[in-house]
Amino acid sequence: MRNKGAQLSIAIVCIVLGIMLAVQFKTTDRYQNSVSTTRTEELTQALNSVTEERDVLAEEVISLREKLDNARKTDQAMADLQEEVEKANLYAALLPVEGPGIILTINDSNRTLQAGENVNADLIHDQDLLIIVNELKASGAEAISVNGERIAAMSEIRCAGTTILVNWNKIAPPFTIKAIGNPDMLESGIMIKNGYLNSLKLYGFPINISKEEHLEIPAYNGRVKFNYGAPLEKTEKVD
Amino acid sequence: MWLLVLFCLLLGLLIGFQMPVLFPLVFAKYMSIAVLAALDSVFGGIRAYMEDGFDNTIFITGFITNTLLAGGLAYLGDQLGVELYLAAVVVFGVRLFQNLAIIRRYLLKKY
Repeated sequence: MRNKGAQLSIAIVCIVLGIMLAVQFKTTDRYQNSVSTTRTEELTQALNSVTEERDVLAEEVISLREKLDNARKTDQAMADLQEEVEKANLYAALLPVEGPGIILTINDSNRTLQAGENVNADLIHDQDLLIIVNELKASGAEAISVNGERIAAMSEIRCAGTTILVNWNKIAPPFTIKAIGNPDMLESGIMIKNGYLNSLKLYGFPINISKEEHLEIPAYNGRVKFNYGAPLEKTEKVD
Repeated sequence: MWLLVLFCLLLGLLIGFQMPVLFPLVFAKYMSIAVLAALDSVFGGIRAYMEDGFDNTIFITGFITNTLLAGGLAYLGDQLGVELYLAAVVVFGVRLFQNLAIIRRYLLKKY
């Protein structure tokens, strides 16, 4: 009797255990697969659709700006205002700019790494670009672009994994930084002794600077929208 | 006896694979601990059976409480930020091997 009861309970427990094991196998299997393949595919698709959407929106921005220009041109009474708007647009990086300036190219170092050295030491990072752009601004640059991305007032230069984001677009080395301004001023400004670019050069990064008589820098092609900010009504000085 | 255990396990596996049930990912970790505890209980039961010290009540309650406690403790540990499930893995793992060793000795003696 005791033996029979024991066998029965062992049988039941074994069945339960079998069910648990099987479900656990399935679960483990399913989630491992889903993470490696299904999820990746899903993400790739999402990325593709978002990229497409972005391209469409970028085209829309261009066509809307054209329409806006046309509307302005038809109304001759606004000629004076037009000039002001142009100036403001120029200042806000919404117009392509031409003029003299410098072209600076910089690339990741191809120096062979010493044993135990971090590979990051050979790469150009977002901070490097940020400092160079800042240095150019301080040297009197009137318009700056990095790999064709115009630097506007709210443009970001940010690390995103293995690439760098500028205006939410990915850019990769080699970096070509164009700046319009007084070429001599710009060059001496960034190549100042013990300056940032100088030390980068000492570390072995290939850097090339050329002064140009004529440079063209594209307009900022991102979205300009104020969701939160509004012009202050008061005219007295705010600080 | 051995045929019974194997047959029931296979039956359980078959039923489990046919069932359209999946644990949610959040609980998968706790379930794995619970499965380990159940496995330990079964081996413990087999060992007791071979030692003729098998007690039905102890076996059944041990199976249920071990399973629930292992899963529950692992969950509690996660809530507390302590990796308690590691303790469960170690304890049940060690016991599993001990039980297996004892079962093996009995089998060697028997045949």
